[in-house]
Amino acid sequence: MSIGSDIAALFAEVAREQHKTLSPLSDDLGLLDTGLDSLCFAIIVARLEDRFGLDPFSAEEEVDFPVTVGDFIRLYEHAAAIAAE
Amino acid sequence: MPQPLLQSEPDSLWQWLSSAGRLSRRSLSDTDSRVSLAALSRGSILGRRLRELRGRSVLLSTRDQLPAALALIELDGIARRIVLCPPDVASTHLPGVMATAGVDAVVGDRAAAELGGEFFVPCAQGIVPGTPNREPSEETDWILLTSGTTGTPKLVRHTLPTLIGAIPASTALGHGAVWSTFYDIRRYGGLQIFLRAMLGGGSLVLSSALEPVGDFLARTGDRGVTHISGTPSHWRRALMSAAVGRIAPRYVRLSGEIADQAILDHLHAAFPDADIAHAFASTEAGVAFDVGDGLSGFPASYIGRRGDVEMRVVDGSLHIKSGRISFGYLGDGVPQPFDEDGFVETGDIVELHDGRYHFVGRRGGIINIGGQKVHPEEIEAVINRHPDVQMSRVRARKSPITGAIVVADVVVTAEHAPLDALKAQILDACRGTLARYKVPASIRFVAAIEVAASGKLARVNV
Repeated sequence: MSIGSDIAALFAEVAREQHKTLSPLSDDLGLLDTGLDSLCFAIIVARLEDRFGLDPFSAEEEVDFPVTVGDFIRLYEHAAAIAAE
Repeated sequence: MPQPLLQSEPDSLWQWLSSAGRLSRRSLSDTDSRVSLAALSRGSILGRRLRELRGRSVLLSTRDQLPAALALIELDGIARRIVLCPPDVASTHLPGVMATAGVDAVVGDRAAAELGGEFFVPCAQGIVPGTPNREPSEETDWILLTSGTTGTPKLVRHTLPTLIGAIPASTALGHGAVWSTFYDIRRYGGLQIFLRAMLGGGSLVLSSALEPVGDFLARTGDRGVTHISGTPSHWRRALMSAAVGRIAPRYVRLSGEIADQAILDHLHAAFPDADIAHAFASTEAGVAFDVGDGLSGFPASYIGRRGDVEMRVVDGSLHIKSGRISFGYLGDGVPQPFDEDGFVETGDIVELHDGRYHFVGRRGGIINIGGQKVHPEEIEAVINRHPDVQMSRVRARKSPITGAIVVADVVVTAEHAPLDALKAQILDACRGTLARYKVPASIRFVAAIEVAASGKLARVNV
């Protein structure tokens, strides 16, 4: 399973917990249009670190905060690739 | 030696404790020894050197509490000032503490000798026979060190009258009581128990930093403890020990942290015949009040009423004025804890609901979740309500999105539901009562949660 599908599952999980209605996810959907708010993303980022050991935001290089769902997934794919090296 | 009838209030701790009488039947004890209070009327732990300490500013530094307790009894009214040094104060802070307090003598055990410079008086291994002159000549300053998280301890000045101001009013003093406390007596909460035992005609069983909680409970039980105190964290740990059945106290006291409803209920279940009281006190503000109705928080009527203790709520924080408050901090230019009317600003945040004020946390302990303020204690109170939870600690975890999120560490009881189910139940309880940003983003089950030397939950600042 790719990290992309894990992330999609996690969006759904957090949306359910936080009583948010998740929009159908697509690559160019804006994160702010997913139906999730910043608290949801804070939780998602924390769980991704817990489950996969990935924390792209604390990496040495400065990262721009992702704008779309695709940006978000690519950020983690990049982090996973570095971690696998 | 029979004491003359006192014409007025005693002038020293020795006079107070001897006027309570029955010295030969009262004692101070620790893991190794037991000293009868009568021994102090015919000897001294300072040998023949007590007289040399008259008028001096004394740093009292011992590893164990027993020699410190005996030295306190002897030095009050003799020394100009006593600095009570808990054993966990970092040695790097001591030169600053000594300079601020104008220390010109050190009393202590061998480890303290190197601090003393030219003037060091060792505590003897026991009471050295002699006829010490206990005639008081000073109103001694008692300097307590606060256990600040920022490192440098603050030096809080009290005198015996401010320290014992809450004691005569207390109805909890059974004559002949055997007191004990999880606290170190060199901290305010422990010192209150020491003084209650000494003024109230009782004995005291001292704790020891290295002693497992089960051994301590067994030892206090063997000594027949009747009155015992600790922080809610101390008590949560004690209730996890099978040895809790070794004590059968008549009076159980909590102070130093928020007593939530769960810990009050658990203690009532463990000790159904005991009076269970939680006290609000701080080193700076002294003892403000005791609550004995079994409920957390305190009646709203306490605020604004006239009397020995006046309290008001300013910007959510409890402010207190009474004859028991400290004289503030020693040291030039140190910001004082008082507001413009002489009330101590406690920094403890209260909220009013259902006719009672409830403590929700410390002003300095707030976690900021994307601009929303959270007190970890209010979340812990919800988690602790679950019957399978022994204790919990809520802390901030850094978040690139909201600055921080809250996460919880939880210690479960011996018998508990499967952890997955338990986690879901705890989160349900949190979602049912707390705003969503206060619901922990993750729950970690841990074997133990650290309790600091102060008896309070160790909290880490992010």
